[in-house]
Amino acid sequence: MAKLKDNALMASIRHRAEQSLAFASLVAIFIFFTFANSAFATWSNITGILLSTAVIGLLAIGTTFVIITGGIDLSIGTGVTLTSVMVAWSLNNMGMPIWVGIIVGILSGALMGLFSGLAITRLQLPPFIATLAMMLIAKGLALVISGVKPIYLESVEGYNNIALGQIIPNFPNAVLIFFASAVVASIVLNRTIIGRYTFAIGSNEEATKLSGINVDRWKILIYIIGGIYIGLAGIVLSSRLSSAQPALGQGYELEAIAAVIIGGTSLLGGKGSITGTVIGALIMAVLINGLRIMEIRQEWQTVVTGLVIIVAVYADSIRRRNAGEL
Amino acid sequence: MATAQLLSVEGVSKSFPGVQALKDVHLDLNSGEVLALVGENGAGKSTLMKVLSGIYKRDTGVIKLNNQPIEVDGPLQAQKLGIAIIHQEMNLMPHLTVAQNILIGREPRKLFGIATDDKELNRQAKILLDELHLNLDPNQLVGKLTVAKQQMVEIAKALSYDSKIIIMDEPTSALTQSETDVLFTIIGNLRKSGKGIIYISHRMEELTKISDRITVFRDGQYIDTLITKDTKIAKIISLMIGREVAQDIRPDQVKKFSDSEVALEIKGLSTKNLLKDISFQLRKGEILGFAGLMGAGRTELALAIVGKDQISAGEIIIKGKKVKINNPSDAVANGIGYLSEDRKRYGVLLNQDVKFNLVLSNLRRLISKIGFVNTAKSKGLSNDAVKNLTIRTPTINQMVKNLSGGNQQKVVIGKWLTRETDILIFDEPTRGIDVGAKDEVYKLIGELAKAGKSIIMISSELPEVLRMSDRILVMCEGRVTGILTNKEADQNLIMQYATKYR
Repeated sequence: MAKLKDNALMASIRHRAEQSLAFASLVAIFIFFTFANSAFATWSNITGILLSTAVIGLLAIGTTFVIITGGIDLSIGTGVTLTSVMVAWSLNNMGMPIWVGIIVGILSGALMGLFSGLAITRLQLPPFIATLAMMLIAKGLALVISGVKPIYLESVEGYNNIALGQIIPNFPNAVLIFFASAVVASIVLNRTIIGRYTFAIGSNEEATKLSGINVDRWKILIYIIGGIYIGLAGIVLSSRLSSAQPALGQGYELEAIAAVIIGGTSLLGGKGSITGTVIGALIMAVLINGLRIMEIRQEWQTVVTGLVIIVAVYADSIRRRNAGEL
Repeated sequence: MATAQLLSVEGVSKSFPGVQALKDVHLDLNSGEVLALVGENGAGKSTLMKVLSGIYKRDTGVIKLNNQPIEVDGPLQAQKLGIAIIHQEMNLMPHLTVAQNILIGREPRKLFGIATDDKELNRQAKILLDELHLNLDPNQLVGKLTVAKQQMVEIAKALSYDSKIIIMDEPTSALTQSETDVLFTIIGNLRKSGKGIIYISHRMEELTKISDRITVFRDGQYIDTLITKDTKIAKIISLMIGREVAQDIRPDQVKKFSDSEVALEIKGLSTKNLLKDISFQLRKGEILGFAGLMGAGRTELALAIVGKDQISAGEIIIKGKKVKINNPSDAVANGIGYLSEDRKRYGVLLNQDVKFNLVLSNLRRLISKIGFVNTAKSKGLSNDAVKNLTIRTPTINQMVKNLSGGNQQKVVIGKWLTRETDILIFDEPTRGIDVGAKDEVYKLIGELAKAGKSIIMISSELPEVLRMSDRILVMCEGRVTGILTNKEADQNLIMQYATKYR
């Protein structure tokens, strides 16, 4: 018995260490930029970084669920475009109150998840294909509904406050929403039935099915969760910009998926965490911001992001090989 | 013993497009008994299990539970009826804990059924594990357990449904002897408590040890049911394959190899993790068996020799010349071929045809000057291999996944024969292959040795090792504990050496 306890203890220590590896890199990058440029570690720059992380971060959180099941959601980028257009359309063109607009945004995201989930389970399409199709559908719908023009929301009083207001002084609400959503997602993933089945499906879908669990139904729900986060991201984005831009959002999916992967979630499914995803999103945002402050051209920032993904995933695979997981 | 009839299968048939998998089969199971179900691959055992667990729908026939006809619509329904299946492939979630696996789908909940109550979950699992006398930590991740312990988790899971009928599909195929003994103790306890157990296995010695009756299937049909204690193994096997096969065979003539050339010599080989100071010689035309328990390091030794795993010390000498093998292509260049135990993953490309597989490792020889594959030559080469190895396939364009295990293995062998390899390492060459096809694989290996190839054969089945090997190298915990000639070896002696350090 004593030996078993030791193992459990070691496992838990190692788990912590894994988490802190990503965190340590974040801290290291942060310290590097702090010394590299005095403009970096200022409060306004830090909140700026957090604000810029919020949209990608929300997408990454939602898609962490999907990726842990062994799936993928490519529609989250143009999904943000569609949900922000939907919110803006209902507020501006339909003149609905803000709270209805918020519901419309979240519902349209959830509907996207529902359709992707149905295509994956009922039509048995691979997630890559189903969500690639959904990506195009969302992109097209956003253009149709907006009439290929930005929808401006400056006239909608108070909408701007959702992202840029400050319930906590000097701390934009968007960041608050991002952090609160992360906490909620973390609880759902680790403490609820749907979280448990998210891991179970990703770990061994067939076995989960044979255990008498209605895998299809849970998968649809998991894609809907991802969709809800698309809706949240769309609201935050349109609020921050006081408009919905029908061309903004494409490519966000890759940044979000990169954040998830840097955070240690396995594309093969069965393994991952929200904390990791948040750290992954922050690593990317801090890097981009730091490089910009150091006046490195944007083109190079993108190159660096690519390299960081390689380094992060390679480091993770080395660690797992040493831990005997591969 | 109470012998109330628990389950009866009457006249069940099931066909798939082009195949009649079950033809009017029947079977009955009493409470408090272990019924062995045997038959070659393709005899219909697994199909029947899938019908019983509701994965397949039967075409005709009746299934009765406690004399009541039942319909099984799916795994969930089967569980509710008290029928649990422990499948051949592991059906666990490696990323979840022991407790989470056992109680999946029935997690204790709190907060209006949304949240999982992991404290209660672990408590319930602990009770179940204790009842079975399984020393497992409910909080341990299943992926970190040994295969044997994972099997225990599966059994605990099956019993947690309060199942009356437990069907085990080849449960010991990945277990060591001592682990098998633990399993048998558990099965014995289940029998005592009045459960009915259907036990599917290829291992005849096990059946005689554990079962009360034996039902034989062949080609999707019911053949006979025998009382175990009145039946000889040879009889069961002859019913299974429709002819007589001898069990305890030794090589035709034990040859002496002291004069022939040393094809491969290993001196003081060690690896970082497991292997310690291993030395042996393999001579031309010799079959050297590697025996030992699971985890003894037999496969690891093979992988170290072919450069898949790094060696930390030692020398590999081929035909008197010291060689350096850093990766499997070096091994091939030096004439060593390794045939993996996991044929489906490392041996063949299942979704390609026979020709593609046979030709793949030889493409360089079949490519014309401008880089195209010579189709006529590929065809000729493949047809030759199919003929020489008696690979049973309608044409060389058949997908490999449609061949039986035995014929897939022949394709793997064929792949290596078309290269110039003098040393072949077979890792569990007959795993998952039925009795009849085993004979053919043995014959093939024997012929290879006669033709002058040197062969290492890793096997967990002692009768197989004794039947094939000229000498037997026994390993335990990463060391060589003995090298026996076939004459002096027997099962007991091998087991003694194999458990030396335990």
